[in-house]
Parts: sequence; structure tokens; C-alpha cells
Amino acid sequence: MSSNKKYWKSVEELKEDSSIVEALKQNEFVTEIPTEEFLGDKDTLEGSSTTRRDFLKYVGFSTAAASLAACEGPVIKSIPYVVQPDRIIPGVANYYATTIADGFDFVNVLVKTREGRPIKIENNKLAKALGNANARVNASVLGLYDSKRVKGPKKGGAPISWSQFDAEVNKELSNLASNGKTIVLLTQTYASPSTTKLISEFKAKYGNVNHVQYDAVSQSAALDAYQAMYGERGLANYDLSKASTIVSVGADFLGDWQGGGFDSGYSKGRIPNHGKMSRHIQFESNMSLAGANADKRVPLTPSQQRIALARLYSFIVGGSVSGNLPKNIEEAVRNAASELKRAGSKGVVLTGIQDVNAQTVALKINEALSSKVFDKTSPIKTRQGSDKVISALVSDMKSGKVGGIIMSGVNPAYTLPNASEFVEALKKVDLSVTFSMKEDETALASKYLAAAPHNLESWGDVELTKGHFGLMQPTIRPLFDTRQFQEALLKWNGNDISLNDYIKVVWNENILNGGSFNKALHDGVFVSNTTSISETVIGSIDEEEDIQGVAASGNPAIALAASGANTKGMELTLYTKVGMGDGQQANNPWLQEFPDPITRTSWDNYLLVSKADAKNLKLVNENEATGALNGSYAKVTANGKTITVPVIIQPGQAKGSVALALGYGRKAGVKDEMKVGVNAYPLYNNFNNVQSVSVTAAAGMHEFACVQLQNTLMGRGDIIVETTLEVFNTKNKQVWNPMPMVSLNHEETPVTSPDVDLWDEFDRSIGHHFNLSIDLNACTGCGACVIACHAENNVPVVGKEEIRRSRDMHWLRIDRYYSSEDTFAQDDAKKDGFSGLSGDNGSLGGFGELEDPADNPQVAFQPVMCQHCNHAPCETVCPVAATAHGRQGQNHMAYNRCVGTRYCANNCPYKVRRFNWFLYNENDEFDYYMNDDLGRMVINPDVTVRSRGVMEKCSMCIQMTQKTILDAKRDGRVIKDGEFQTACSSACSNGAMLFGDINDNDSKVGKLLKDDRMYHLLESVGTKPNVQYHTKVRNIKA
Amino acid sequence: MKKSYQSLEVNLTNNMKQVIHRKLSNNILRIGLIFLLAFSTSMSAQDGDAAKGKSLFNANCASCHKLDKKMTGPALRNVEARLSETEGLDREWLYKWIKNSAGMVKSGDAYANKIYKEYNGTAMTAFPQFSNGDIDNILAYTAEVKKAPTEIATKAGATTSEGSDNSSNTLILGALALLFAILAVALVLVNKTLRRFAQEKGIDVAKETGKKSLWQAFAQNQFLILVTAVFLLLSSGYFVYGYLMQVGVNQGYEPVQPIHYSHRIHAGDNGIDCKYCHSSARVSKHSGIPSLNVCMNCHKSIYEVAESTATEEYSKEFYDGEIKKLYDAVGWDDANQKYTGVAKPVKWVRIHNLPDFAYFNHSQHVSVAGIECQTCHGPVEEMEIMYQHAPLTMGWCINCHRETNVKVKDNAYYTKIHEQLSKKYGVDQLTAAQMGGLECGKCHY
Repeated sequence: MSSNKKYWKSVEELKEDSSIVEALKQNEFVTEIPTEEFLGDKDTLEGSSTTRRDFLKYVGFSTAAASLAACEGPVIKSIPYVVQPDRIIPGVANYYATTIADGFDFVNVLVKTREGRPIKIENNKLAKALGNANARVNASVLGLYDSKRVKGPKKGGAPISWSQFDAEVNKELSNLASNGKTIVLLTQTYASPSTTKLISEFKAKYGNVNHVQYDAVSQSAALDAYQAMYGERGLANYDLSKASTIVSVGADFLGDWQGGGFDSGYSKGRIPNHGKMSRHIQFESNMSLAGANADKRVPLTPSQQRIALARLYSFIVGGSVSGNLPKNIEEAVRNAASELKRAGSKGVVLTGIQDVNAQTVALKINEALSSKVFDKTSPIKTRQGSDKVISALVSDMKSGKVGGIIMSGVNPAYTLPNASEFVEALKKVDLSVTFSMKEDETALASKYLAAAPHNLESWGDVELTKGHFGLMQPTIRPLFDTRQFQEALLKWNGNDISLNDYIKVVWNENILNGGSFNKALHDGVFVSNTTSISETVIGSIDEEEDIQGVAASGNPAIALAASGANTKGMELTLYTKVGMGDGQQANNPWLQEFPDPITRTSWDNYLLVSKADAKNLKLVNENEATGALNGSYAKVTANGKTITVPVIIQPGQAKGSVALALGYGRKAGVKDEMKVGVNAYPLYNNFNNVQSVSVTAAAGMHEFACVQLQNTLMGRGDIIVETTLEVFNTKNKQVWNPMPMVSLNHEETPVTSPDVDLWDEFDRSIGHHFNLSIDLNACTGCGACVIACHAENNVPVVGKEEIRRSRDMHWLRIDRYYSSEDTFAQDDAKKDGFSGLSGDNGSLGGFGELEDPADNPQVAFQPVMCQHCNHAPCETVCPVAATAHGRQGQNHMAYNRCVGTRYCANNCPYKVRRFNWFLYNENDEFDYYMNDDLGRMVINPDVTVRSRGVMEKCSMCIQMTQKTILDAKRDGRVIKDGEFQTACSSACSNGAMLFGDINDNDSKVGKLLKDDRMYHLLESVGTKPNVQYHTKVRNIKA
Repeated sequence: MKKSYQSLEVNLTNNMKQVIHRKLSNNILRIGLIFLLAFSTSMSAQDGDAAKGKSLFNANCASCHKLDKKMTGPALRNVEARLSETEGLDREWLYKWIKNSAGMVKSGDAYANKIYKEYNGTAMTAFPQFSNGDIDNILAYTAEVKKAPTEIATKAGATTSEGSDNSSNTLILGALALLFAILAVALVLVNKTLRRFAQEKGIDVAKETGKKSLWQAFAQNQFLILVTAVFLLLSSGYFVYGYLMQVGVNQGYEPVQPIHYSHRIHAGDNGIDCKYCHSSARVSKHSGIPSLNVCMNCHKSIYEVAESTATEEYSKEFYDGEIKKLYDAVGWDDANQKYTGVAKPVKWVRIHNLPDFAYFNHSQHVSVAGIECQTCHGPVEEMEIMYQHAPLTMGWCINCHRETNVKVKDNAYYTKIHEQLSKKYGVDQLTAAQMGGLECGKCHY
């Protein structure tokens, strides 16, 4: 079933005569050794004054000098504490529960600290609200050690002291208060009970104070709709683990939709259990993570989405709506509606259309279904911004009504669509203070820059969803002379209490209900059933907001359908990438180098264009001989603003629509290397993520750092195994997950049989035998594991140029495969089933569908790391025995033994070995975090920092398994299942990655090994890997 | 009194042996003076056995009091005399105070309250178990005269003895050299005389003109050249190999530390457990250099070394000076018995340096395997200056892993694997190597 399906990774591969693909198929390594280039250049060779003899002399001398220099050992100093804190033992990690709340990501986490330095973000198992740490949250620990952080308060770019700051700002504030001018507090959404109280006290003291909450990527429409229907400002919360049918219209709920955090619930429902799994239908324009995971994905333009949602409403709730949809979409909507009706209370509709009517329609459909998935008791509190208030603020500032503005956690000079207008208006404000970690765009435009601490240096509290609280505590003493916004508020309010005491008082009075504050601080989370407190407090702030334009009664679908009808031109969707979000972490090299799960492109944002549109607009993507991707530039114009962006042709992009990621093109407060991409916020008119634009080709080609076509499939299509739920439920395992056979004495023998094995089997039944299980059904491709692996294993950042040369160092990559219709057999069946020319089964439309596989491909994600083969091809070819096998199933790599022949990488069928082409630490050529003392503080001291010229790869986190074993030995106890973890498995909150000991009879991985869905990567090669994969089952209806 | 007398006698004899005459006479004078003084003071202190008092003092009082130095409590040298002179308090007062100081403070005794306040309200432990006789003994001990000068004599003696030792060596060598020189001259002279005799007698001494020189003979013998060449090549290869193999091996590395910390005194003489200071060795990969507050646990009260601690090489003053360096670093004002708050971390020179790519965990070896620290670190309790005892090479690690049995007893973790592995290998005791302790990835990641 699976073996005859055609997989492809790039549109280039679909070209019949692509010489590049052919060439790449033949080359195991994409980069040739440049001998021709070097020796072929006769002029340079002859012109060189260095003769061969000289060269040899230099080599000889430098070798001798180097070896002589190595004889003298350096004197290493060890400096102990003067007074050692009793909870710190050098060499033993401490964990603190805290909450990340940066205005875009809100999540309860654990922070691992070593010798007082936070080095890694872990999931807090006690967290019950808003999921677990995503890629950005995992990477946020690096932001603490950002060399671009400001080290103290500044005034007009010059450093000042806090006392001077206090004196001047206090004076200005009291002047403003006595003049009766408005003071505006422009902040991110804090969702913090204590901050809310602080702000109300500030209001009480200074009188005319306006608190404006601002979300860079607006959820205003969804908030307004929810507030109109339920009287509370929040976002609808969904528990997707309860869903049997999920219909999403433009909601990337596995990405950043409504702040994210829905993926773990979703994944729970995606694992076939007793023949059942959830069904997911996605209507969207650009390929999102949710769309990539959908069972059925319908590409349609944003305006069609509006009509489709309205139509869905009319099918389920009733009433008729106007608007036309293409036949296949209409059919898909009808099917989705009937499936939803069948699912009843287990069905749910989600929408990402930023329109109050659309959001109301979705809520009403869920009400009509009486959906259990829709959790009305605990709306999400992490977005509070209102578009209208922001727009009003800018005009107020321009008209001079605003006397002072204090900003914290926001960067409006970058994120506002009318940023330049804002900067101009800021000049008219008497007092402007920005609390910021960087000298970012807003900080540069303000009078005072108040150096703010990082999230991991701060105190705070967050109400993530109603009744679910998180506490934030510092995990390190502030590195610089910084002050939190809340601390400043305390000072301005004339309160001498410290911030943590203040929070303690607020919690004891309002939240804890007599519970212990210390326990809440220890856990990091607290669930309170007294939900009224924060509501009243927050409500007092938002009292000035009025909700308009919501048709609370009547049929909102009519207005919605009407709004979808009158759209012309190309429709641009502005989205956020899982690797960048709203752009506040633009100076984070881990995130910049993180390949986007869909496009597999790092260090850039780009205009996603469908293949058909690209052809019309004469936009091209070309691959160089090395596999590196180049794309044409396009000019995108909306509302008179034009930006020039590079283009990537995205399979599955709806015709007539394009997409562009926000969060790139930062210029202030970031290193030169990180000044990549194009700022898309200027196109974000009226905070609407859909814009009508015109796109024209521009001159020049852009060089992407795309790992898409690198490491081709080499014609091995069986690398991924997938099937449909129907086949999975009805057919034998041999049909959908067959064991590859080889012929032995003219008899078909399974490749796993010892008779056909080249190697002798070792006895691995004694002691631990580790296996990592990866369930392709639960993997959403989110990439949290990739960043967790970076942090745990000191994986270097190599930069855009090196990525382009296929020299990425990711130990763990998430391969993304496209496939067209399920199988060739299905294509054939479809062709045979044509009857007549037009109609549903007509050959005119039908052949069109068959024609281009890039129109709407199916997507499969497959995380690949070292497979730790029991019969590892790499081990046998190493001339110096630098890589060897351990009894516990791990393939060891001794860096100090490696001489860099790269034979192992050559012989690895999975292409998971990475070569250190350069010294990536303490090297000015690679000016990322490993090049400065501050950045190096994030390095995990238990893992070697590799040097130039050695091979490296996934170690299956042997430092973690060894630590677990040692802890058990020291306690003299048996290790329980679940204790063994790797960085990726503990980062995976979706349950896609499970790690354990298969020699332990109780272990989950041991049971999974015998599961029917289990297969090994390229089983036919006979490497017997210790990483199991579980067949992807798609819930596709015939 | 008796004991001190004995020690003086010992000193005296020592001095007699080592000190040259003039110094000795000086010392005798001095010692005589001390004798006189000692006897005179001991006369004034009525009865009481100072030797018994000393042992009582060391057992009960020394944690808070010193004779000549203010500590948790006041200095006690001549306390009785001092109290009677300045405060007019008699021995009865002292009996009461020592037996129940808190009661005295409560009763409103003026001096009791004064001293209670002076020491920040730290109440002195009550000693109701002391008899008046015991207290008499202690007071007798406190009334002893400080014996300062003797150490100087010891020090002086030490230096002179060293000097004489060196000179005797040179003397012998010089004599030998002279002897050889005389012999050589004699040989030449004899040869000359014999030749003259031969000349006079007309005997022609055969000159070896026809014969080739040894060198020429050697150069022409190809076999010899071959053998020599092979020998030279092999030996140079041996030495080059030997040289290269010791590159990066710092066995015996004995750097000068910012504070002369003697493991001999701490771990040897005083028998302090290694893990008292290196406590993290039990739970962490690092054995940890103790932070200075650990030093101060003891050194708050130990501000000087005992005289017997001093060696010929390092005097008491030297050691006391090193303790001063500690006080300086940790910011301890010894005179006022409080922290100044100005601390300077000590920059120790690290002795045992494993390369970054080798992972070593102390707790695995110390807690799990129960290996003595000395197994790798050598006789630390004898080391005046800490040095690297073991080569710390991979061969050295592996050898131990091959030879050492895993301590599986009473460790539930090992129960199953030990049972299975011992059956597989057919042995009762498993070595670390059999347990998987030779796998690359166990130490290199």
C-alpha cells in the first residue's frame, strides 16, 4: 500500500527532467570537493608566489609549532564560592517552576539551572492550561544571554542611573498628573492579577491614566465576539482531545492560533484507539501546520473561507446565505457539515478569520452542536488587546491629548502597521518611557529606555485561562542593572514593598483561598475555583472599551458571506511562523536557524505563492547544483505600501492567495546576522491578517537557506509508511505495513531474519536497551524537539551561508514529505471512475486534479535523528573506531577519537551525521551565541562542545540516560518506566516521542515495539535501528 | 606544671643538639628566665593542677575561649588575677559564674551583665558538673605564663641544621674531587717519570703509528655501524615515544596555591574525613572545592596551629600566616570576631584536569562504588602540598575498570543485571568492565 506511493520534498522533484534532482540523487553529498575550481584556475596557480615546497615547509613548521605549543598545559583556576548557597551543589541541576509570559507565548514551564545559570526550559508536568513549551519558549532561555541586551537605563541613548531616571520621571509624572494630562500605559497583555492591581493603584494615584493592552498579532475580533456572546473578554478555549470531528476554517490551531497550545489535546485524539481516531478537515489558503496534519485539506482563498464558514453555518444552524463557491469546495463544506452533525457534541468548528462575524458564527455553530470540546468555563486570558483602542491611541497622541506614555513588553514602532506615524506621534508626547530588554525600534524612539529584565529574571503571575494561574519567579539574579515594569509601578505608586511580597499579598487575598503560596510557587501553577477576582479587576480596566459591530442576535453568517463576496485581486494572508512568532525573539539564532516545518527554510520570511499563480506572475524557484534554493523577488502592494519579498512556491497554496510571515525584518537591537527577512507589519492594515494586494515580479534572485532538497530520498520511497483508517481497521498488517522481504535460496525471507543478516546478533537482553518511539500520527511537526535538542546538546548555529551549503548541524530534523493522491492505485481508480466530461466524476475536472500534485499535497512529518542502528553501517567503516556501539543500544561517538574522514556519514542511510566544517565556538566568523561569554552561559556543561573537523550526531541524550542510571544506583533502586528521557521526548508534549527501556517489561516503548503500526526506517537496509516509527494513519473517507 | 617542664627539657635537649654554642648560651639564659617566671607565677596561683586543668580546658572551654585571644568569649590568660585586680572579684564569683552564668546574669550581678552585653547577649554554657577543684585546676592552667621564645629557637635550630647538612655533603664531594685530582696528577707524573727513565736507558718506546685509530677502525667496520645505527634509531625512538606519551600527562603536578593548604594537617594529623570538605563528591560529578564558609566552620576558633604542627620546613608562623590569608579572603575580622563583609574569593589552581571530552562523575565512584579517595588521589593525608598522584590517562582508568569489582551488595539497582550478567560470564563478581564500563560513550559525550 505504502510502497507504491510517490513522495517528494520539493516542487523541483516534480519536474520530469530536472537535472538537478537527478544529479542530487546520485550524489550522497551535495557539495563536491572543489578540486576543479581550485586546480583549474591556472592563472591564480601560476601567479601565486607560494611554491609547493614553500607550502610543505609552512605545513611542517606550523605542525611542529602547534605540537610544541601543545606541550605546555595551561594553568586552570578553580574559584569556589565564598559562602556557598546551601541549595546549590556544583554539578547538580536545580529546577524552578516559572511561567513564560512574553505577550505572545504564555506557558507554565520548569527551568533547569546549573550553578545558578538557567540552561534549559522543560515542560511543567503539573501545567494543565494552554499546553506546553513550543519551539520559541524552548529557545527563550537563550534570550537571557543575548549580547544585545541593554545593561542599564538610558536617556536619549546615553546611560543614566536609576536614581536620575527616578528623579526625572517622577517629576514629569507629577507634572502630568497636576496638569490633568493623560498618561497612557501601553503594555503587552500581562493577564496578571497583581499587575492589574498595580495599574489600578497607579490610576488612583495619577488620575487620568489610560491602560492600553496591545497584542502585536491581534486577536481582537475573536475577543470581541466572545465578549459579546459570553460577557467576558477572553478567547474561546477548546479541548481537542474530546473531539471526534474537527473542522477548521483558516485556523492554524497547531500553530499560533489564539496563542497556541492546542496541539497536545489534538494529538491525543489522533492516535488510533480501538479503530477510532479524530477526523480533521481544514479549509485554508496557505499551508499551515494544522493543514499539514489534516485528513482532508481544502485550499481556498480567504474570501472563500468566509463564504464557506457561512455556508457551514447555514447547513448546521439553518438559514440561507449568499455567495458562490467552486463546486468541489461547496461539496467539501457540505460533507464537513454532515460529518459535524453526525459527530454532534464531539464536533467542533474553529476559525481563524479575523472578523467578529466569523468568530461569532464559529461560536454559534459550536453552541448549536452543543460541543463538549468547547470549554466555556475557562476562556483564554492571554490576549486582551483591542484594535480600536490602539487606533484611537495613535490619533490621541497625534492630537497632543496624551501627555505621557509608558510602554512595556511592546514594540509598536516595529509592529504597528502605521509605525512611522506612531514614531512621529511619540515625539509630541512629553514623557515617553519604554521598558525593554533591547534598544529596539520603540526604545530608540522614546525619551527614556528603562532596562527591563528577562522573563527568567522576573517576578510575576499570570492567569492563563480563567481559574488557571501561573507564578513567575526569577531563576537567576538579574544579570544587568534592570528594573521590571511592575517594580517601577510599585515605586511610582509610592509602595516600598518588594514585588514578590506584593504578589504574595495579592495571591493570599484573592487567589489562594487559604492555600500555601510557597506550594503554588514550588508548583508554578495553581488552579483556583474563585474566578470572580480577576474578572472584576480586569473589567475595571477595560471599561472604556465598547464592542461594536457584533450582531449578537440575528444571523451573523449573512454579513459574513457578504463580506466574502466583494474581494478582488490577490489575497495576502499574514501569518506567524512557529519559529519566529511576532518577531520579539528576532535576535535568537536558534530560532533563526530553525527550519520552518512546512517550507524547511530558515533565516528568512518569504511570499508563499501557488504554483499556478507563480507561473502567471513569472515567479520562479530554482535549485542550484548544490541543492540550494533561489527564488525570484516579488513586489507586494497593499493600500499604497509596497514591499519587495522573495518568493517560495508553496504546494497546497490556494490559487489567488499568497502568504507572508510577520516577525521578520527587524533592524534595531539585533545583530547584523539576524537582520534577515522583510518586515510585513506595514501591510497589516487595520490589524487584519487578510489583505487585498497586488503582486508583481521584481528583478533579482534571492538566495534561501532551505534544507528542503538537501539529502534527497535517493529513490527510497518506503522511508515513510502510511495508510488510511479504513485499511488499518480492516486489513492485515502485512497489507499496510509490510515487512520487506529478500530472497534466500529462492524463498522470500523477512529482512529481520538472522539468516539474511550480514552481522552476527549480539545478546541485548541484559541491562537497559533504549528505544525511542515516534508516532507519526501524534507528531504535528511543531519543532519543539528541535530546539530542545539544540539547548541540551550544545548544537552550534552555523548561519545562513553554511545552511545553504547543506552544512546544517541539527541533530534532529523533521523531514516533511509531500505526496499527491493517496496512492497511484487511487489515481488509477479515479481515472477509471470518470464518467462523462463534467460533473463530480467528470474527466475535465478530474484530470485537472490529477494533473498537478502540487495543488493540494498530503503532508507527512517525520522526525529523523540518529537511528542508533544495532547493525550500524557507520561503525564498520570508521577507520579509527571513533563510533562504536554500546550495550544499551546507543551508538556512541567519541569526538576525541574522530579524525574526520566522514566515511561514517557517507555510509549512513539516514544522513543524520553532521560534520564540523569549522570551529563554531569562539570564532568571529560565526558570531552567534557561542562567540561571547554571555551567550556561552547557556551551554550544557555535561555535553562536550565539539571542535572543528569532527563528526557529531544524536547521542540519544546519553548524558541524560546515564544520569538517570546513576541517580538510581545512588538511591539503590530499580528504574521505573518514564524515568528515562531524552531532550526531544521530554520536550514533546504531544506524546509523539516516547523513550524508554525495552528490556523493562512494563515499559511503554517495549509494548509499542510489538505494535502493528511499528516500522523501522528503511527496514530493508537491515540496520535494525533503535528508533521505532509508527505508521501514519489518515482518517480519509473514501 | 610538670608537663610544661618536660617539654622545656625536650626543647633544651633539642637545642643542645642543633644549635651552635653562642646561640645555645643565649637560649639557656632565656630558658632560665622562663623557669624563674614560670615558678613565680605558679606560686601565686594557689594549688590546682595545671596539667589536669589543661585537659579540662581543652575539653570544655576551648571551643569558645582561648588563653590569649578574644573569641566567642574573652581571653582567659590570668583571668583570675585580672578580675581581682580590675573588678575586685574573687574565685568564689568565678565558681558561681562558671557553674551557672545565666543565673548570675538574671540575678543582676553588675559584672555578669556587663560581660553578657559585651558579647552580644551570648550566654556562656553552664558547667554545673565542675567541682571547685576542677575549676581550680583550670584556673591554674590559665595562670600559666605564655611560653613564646622557644619556637624561635626551634626555627633557628631548623635552619642551621639544614645548612650544616648541605655543607657536609659538599665537603665530602670536595674531598673526593680533590682525591681524584691528586690521583690523576700522580698518574701523569708516574707516566712522565717512566718515560724519562726509558729515554735515559735508551729504550725506544714503540709508537703505534701503523695502527689505525679506534675511530677509523669503527668507521670501516660496516657491521658495527649497522648495529650502532639500529641501536641509535631504536633508542631515539624509545625516547621520543616516551616524551610524546607524557605530553599532557601531568602526574606529579604540584602547583603553588594562593593559600598553602596542607592536606597533611587536615586529613592526616586531624583525621578530617575527605567528604567533610569535599561534600559534593557524594552527589555530584564534581568533588567540589570547599567554599570558604566550610573552612570557617573550624577556623573561626582555630586561629593558629599548635606548635607540634610546625615542621622543619614550615614554621608555626608560616601556618598562622596562611590562616590569616583565609581570614583575609573570607573577610573575617579576627580581633573583633565578626565578618567585615569584604570577601575575596580564593583563586585555587586546579590540579586534576580532565579534558572536556572526558566525563567523570565523583558520586559514581565515591557513593555508588564506595572507592576510597586515596585510590585515585594517592596518600593525600601525607601530602603537605597537594599534587596529582595518578596519571589520569585513559589507560589508567580502563585498567582500574578491568580490575575492580562492582559493589552490587544491597543495591536494588544491580540485583537483576548482576544476576543475569554473572550467569552469562559465569562469575560471582563482575568487574566494572563487564558491567559495560569500557564502552566509549560511557565517558565520552
